Amino acid sequence: MMVLIILTAAGILAMFASVFNGRSVVLPVSLSGLFAAGYFALLEWNTNTTYFEAMRMDNFAIAFTVVCLFAAFVFLLLYHYMHYSSDVHYAEVISIILFSLAGVVVMVSFTSMLMLFLGIEILSLSLYILAGLKKKDLLSNEASLKYLLMGAFATGFLLFGIAMLYGATGSFMLSDIAYYLGLHKAVAEPFIVTGIIMLMIGLLFKVAAAPFHFWTPDVYQGAPTLVTGYMATVGKVAAFAALVRVFQLGFSPALETYQFLFAAVAVTTMFIGNITALYQKSVKRMLAYSSISHAGYMLIALMAANEVTNGAVLFYSIAYTLASLLAFAVVAILQQKSGSDEVSVFNGLSKSSPLMSITFAVAMLSLAGIPPTAGFFAKFYVFSAAISDGWVWITVLAIINSFISVYYYFAPVIASYMKKGNEEGIVLATPVKVLLAIIALLTLLIGLLPGSLSYLI
Amino acid sequence: MIAITLLLLPVIFAIILLLAPAASSRRIALIGSIISFSITAFAYSQYLQEDFTKLNFDVSWASAFGIRFNIGMDGISLILVLLTALLYPVIIASTSRTVISNPKAFYSLMMLMQLGLMGVFMAKDAFLFYVFYELTLIPVYFICAVWGGDRSIPITLKFFIYTLAGSLLMLIAIIYLYFKTPGSHTFDIQAFYQLTLTPVEQGWIFWAFFLAFAVKIPIFPFHSWQPDTYTVSPMAGTMLLAGLMLKMGIYGLIRFILPIVPLGLEDWVDFAMVLCIIGIVYASLIAWQQQDLKRLIAYSSIAHVGLIAAGVLAANTAGLQGAIIQMFNHGINVVALFFMIDIIENRYGTRWMDELGGIAGQMKKLGVLFMIVMLGSIGLPLTNGFVGEFLLLMGMYVFNPWAAAFAGLTLILGAVYMFRLYRNVFLGEVKDHKMTTSDVAGWEGFILIPLCAIVIVIGIFPSILLNVSEQPVQQLLQFMNDHKSGVSGL
Repeated sequence: MMVLIILTAAGILAMFASVFNGRSVVLPVSLSGLFAAGYFALLEWNTNTTYFEAMRMDNFAIAFTVVCLFAAFVFLLLYHYMHYSSDVHYAEVISIILFSLAGVVVMVSFTSMLMLFLGIEILSLSLYILAGLKKKDLLSNEASLKYLLMGAFATGFLLFGIAMLYGATGSFMLSDIAYYLGLHKAVAEPFIVTGIIMLMIGLLFKVAAAPFHFWTPDVYQGAPTLVTGYMATVGKVAAFAALVRVFQLGFSPALETYQFLFAAVAVTTMFIGNITALYQKSVKRMLAYSSISHAGYMLIALMAANEVTNGAVLFYSIAYTLASLLAFAVVAILQQKSGSDEVSVFNGLSKSSPLMSITFAVAMLSLAGIPPTAGFFAKFYVFSAAISDGWVWITVLAIINSFISVYYYFAPVIASYMKKGNEEGIVLATPVKVLLAIIALLTLLIGLLPGSLSYLI
Repeated sequence: MIAITLLLLPVIFAIILLLAPAASSRRIALIGSIISFSITAFAYSQYLQEDFTKLNFDVSWASAFGIRFNIGMDGISLILVLLTALLYPVIIASTSRTVISNPKAFYSLMMLMQLGLMGVFMAKDAFLFYVFYELTLIPVYFICAVWGGDRSIPITLKFFIYTLAGSLLMLIAIIYLYFKTPGSHTFDIQAFYQLTLTPVEQGWIFWAFFLAFAVKIPIFPFHSWQPDTYTVSPMAGTMLLAGLMLKMGIYGLIRFILPIVPLGLEDWVDFAMVLCIIGIVYASLIAWQQQDLKRLIAYSSIAHVGLIAAGVLAANTAGLQGAIIQMFNHGINVVALFFMIDIIENRYGTRWMDELGGIAGQMKKLGVLFMIVMLGSIGLPLTNGFVGEFLLLMGMYVFNPWAAAFAGLTLILGAVYMFRLYRNVFLGEVKDHKMTTSDVAGWEGFILIPLCAIVIVIGIFPSILLNVSEQPVQQLLQFMNDHKSGVSGL
């Protein structure tokens, strides 16, 4: 609960600071808010504190909260160093980010479906605004509007699903629903089936899984690049945590019935994401499709639904978040410099900024799942989850996707190391440099010492 | 201690290289590789004294998954580690003439590559094996793509994706085996040896491993990445690929396929053997037609490793012993040949057969040295190649006389294309009189003369290697036969 209060308070403070000409205190306030929130979240480790029977801060929730707080921390710093002087709405953006984090905390810790709905709405509304941040840019407006319309539609499905389930079971509580499903062996009742499938559609839309992914490329491309990075990491990870939570706590007796549906969605998502990414010229759009494909890999772990699922989803989220943050940060910096996000802006990057090119290469290797990066171990973890239950065929398909993805992940890396381009040095602020280096090192370190994270869940 | 030192040294030197000035990069890398070599030589002496304590190292790595950082050397590993340590100073020294842009990065990647290779040959944990197996791919990819010639970008990307595709199949097989191990699962390779798998499972796992290794070796028809990649890569990259990296595939065949899936092997060995033999004949015939010397050696390499793989698949003492010693010999010979072609290219500005001729008259020493290595490569008695090929063919004869007969064509065809090369390039008329050439210079001699000495010494005293690998080979075969008949042991 403290976490929510702190994040909201910090958001309000940041917003008012700009009214009273306090631009300079916005960053310290918001960063200390993040750290305090992280601290209070970690205090509740192993306690399983329940609030109002609607939220429970279990280890799963805390771990995902911390991952999202870290991503937000990176976003805030980058945003500060890239837009402090240029963006008039600097303080508002930061406060919206803090508000969205409140939504994230609710989404990863709910035990009642009403809270799930609230959390998703808090996060989504913030993201709708953030997507349209560049209000004079047509693409940004398009992104915002598209996201809002499609998102509202998906929320409708979600709400309808919740209503159906309430009608069938008489409760919003996940534990009650699970009890009802287990007791009556009622997974095939029409109300339950419709309810679960509608809920699934709503959540799969949020994680951008095929065939509910059509909004992703346009929204990701139109939104300012850093915001895209935020949506692709925090937005996706939180929605995934919600998906895992709702199926694990609420529908676990029904999961076997829906397993095949998840398998089909996972396979479609991976293939659509990866194959479409092959044809992209814009790195940003490529990363958008790649983020779709990663939802597919995570769905495999979810589908397996065994004792390794939580660990696999968390590990994958961490690896994916770190690598995506790096990738979007580099793309954002290059886009600010050159105004383009084509692969060609990477030409000669290894000369003009060795740090950016090496960190970007690490990010791409991690996303492609090549050892010794965190991404490799994440994939390994997911594949283990699937194979331990005998899902070998889906693993083979996932692996085919893995090597399709190498092709497009390598394009910018090849451009930065092997093609000649503008060799004029790119100057970065020291904190940005340190941040990039730290995330890249973390990616390698988690890949080298995967055991260090496996105690988390 | 020795084992972990061999892995840490390349890392330490990679870091030193990044910090030290670029001008001294080559020297630092050379010192690092020579230290590695002396430690390996020490490991060899320890092994001969049957003191194995220092050759193993085992700590928990990710205990929640049963992954251990478990490395160690038996005779088979030792020979390959020795080969790596021996060739590394040679490969680094061979770059002396070429001007390398950004030498820090180049030599650091070389060091990382050494880490990966040593790790693969020493890993006793399947997960660790996989990580090192993949780890080698990144440095060699960058070495070949960044410092490579024309069209290196698409060709090396093809190489990367091709080999990655193969090894990912292996990853599935490894995870599958992991979940078959009893209790809290483990990736220990020895534990994999104890598994009893149905013949159907064994068939699938055989193919998962075989495809991974067949791409790396490469076995026909998975070889299409190889000639192009060898041709466009910088000479050091080609040497790494041909001399060392493809040995990982054969090593994998020995370590994983034979003992873990003997029944899968039994079901599919005929098919795999036919692929190997087609590769041997096919690559030899293509090598016969090549004009580009580097490409010629690339194709001859496919033929040679095809024979080695066939010897492993025959799964008997002679075949395995031959494969192990021939892996060593092939590494030495192919690196020496590539190095001499590099010398020719440097002196004459071309490596096309048409444009060369009469080199033996102008460069007498090179003519003699090339002759020695060439004879080793085609397997003349008293050279290293003879021992290896003789054992390999003997192993195949035990397996099936017809297989040996067809594979034996490699001896004839090998002589044909190598003599054609020698006649056209070293004998005959001098094509370009304007070229001022000097014979093998001092440092080049320092590289070539030891390599030629090894060719002859192993030809005369093959037991220095065969004795080392004999006991583990016997153990492996014994175990494989026990496993086949359902008795677990070792």
